[in-house]
Amino acid sequence: MAILKIPTPLRPYTGGMSDINVDGENVGHALDSLLAQYPDIGKHLYNDDAQLRAFVNLFLGEDNIKDLQGLETPLSETDSLRIIPSIAGGAKG
Amino acid sequence: MTNLSHEEILRYSRHLLIPEVGMDGQQKLKDSSVLIIGTGGLGSPVALYLAAAGIGRIGLVDFDVVDESNLQRQIIHSLDRVGELKIESARARMLGLNPGIQVDVYNEPFTSGNAMRIATGYDLIIDGTDNFPTRYLSNDVAVFLGIPNIYGSIFRFDGQASVFYAKEGPCYRCLFPEPPPPGLVPSCAEGGVLGILPGTIGTIQATEAIKVLLGIGSPLIGKLLLYNALDMSFDFVKLKKNPACTVCGTNPTVTELIDYEEFCGVPGHDTGGSIESDWDITPEELVEEIKLSSPRLIDVREPHELAISVMPGVENLPLGQIASRMSEFDSAQEMVLICKSGQRSMRALELFLGAGFRKVKNLQGGMNAWAKDVDPSLPIY
Ligand SMILES: [Zn+2]
Repeated sequence: MAILKIPTPLRPYTGGMSDINVDGENVGHALDSLLAQYPDIGKHLYNDDAQLRAFVNLFLGEDNIKDLQGLETPLSETDSLRIIPSIAGGAKG
Repeated sequence: MTNLSHEEILRYSRHLLIPEVGMDGQQKLKDSSVLIIGTGGLGSPVALYLAAAGIGRIGLVDFDVVDESNLQRQIIHSLDRVGELKIESARARMLGLNPGIQVDVYNEPFTSGNAMRIATGYDLIIDGTDNFPTRYLSNDVAVFLGIPNIYGSIFRFDGQASVFYAKEGPCYRCLFPEPPPPGLVPSCAEGGVLGILPGTIGTIQATEAIKVLLGIGSPLIGKLLLYNALDMSFDFVKLKKNPACTVCGTNPTVTELIDYEEFCGVPGHDTGGSIESDWDITPEELVEEIKLSSPRLIDVREPHELAISVMPGVENLPLGQIASRMSEFDSAQEMVLICKSGQRSMRALELFLGAGFRKVKNLQGGMNAWAKDVDPSLPIY
């Protein structure tokens, strides 16, 4: 099982968990596995047309899956996938 | 040719001893100019270190005033400056540290209307803002002026930093083509932030600024730093220029500054309060409503926030759990949604409205307004 790292802003939707074990031979299936475990996170990743939202960046190791094969990017058991969130915080915060 | 005075040579001697800086490098810093957007958490360490380093001209853009709740992390300000403009507080501290530099202040929000006028002439921009519209604006201004935009962003224990320089690599929009819809990502005002975190990230931004100005080392161009204070982890991922980027791609569609608040669907310059709507109820009205119909009071904050201040008789339903617990609620019953300042409860309201609820209201201004107008025994946070 690959590991999917959840960023802090999305952890309220995974019961506070940061590292989720996900099944699947590619990134898309790994996300299906995440959604099966934590349905509330769905609307943060996909839009109403079931497309991955433009501000959701998934990285496999150091690489953006957009620079690989997108949701079709193959995953191995030892891979580490992470969601990189868009965060705005800085000044007044 | 350098024209450093004896005084400057003494002041900057620890730089002059580094071969990568030396007399020529210090002169370069003296001849450089940096524009810092925001003099808050990130802007504080950036401004202090760049002033100390002898950057010849530093611009500060902010229109906010120093508030006591800033002092946990905005170390350029001090208690005796509460109520003053942040730019004036920051300028006084910077010139106290180094009177040999020039500090230009812009007491205005950074907007499409003034951004090009303010930023033109600076060698680079440091993005120390706290909202998406200003982040996209800083990025686009830097792309149009052909200068680097040194990015830093923070949330709770997490920080990000990069150097977005479209001439040599990707820009912010290459990574984030569009902002998240309003409300999907909590702000630091709602989510909180470790006070030291902006120190860590801001110091990295200042370091990158010095490197870029001197042309030394490998700046974070095409790389994004992901820092987590709890794990003390520094991870890096590769960023590529997106050929389809709307601002720096091969066929850009954004060729001049746009309306960033509209683009992001949120006001860039938060006034602190919640957006008024027909579904709002004021604290005073809620007092009456409780007497009349005893509505179900739903506090949508995280459980640990209820320890700070809480209204008697509330039920806690954290925002993140609403979608999955909707069935616990009866749309025939009156409900009032409560949070810290009225923003998260507004999002909760949207979720309930979307599920067909109509007897639901949002406490305007949240617990802080309730503490101010109804129950002064409660703290404001
Ligand atoms: Zn770009």
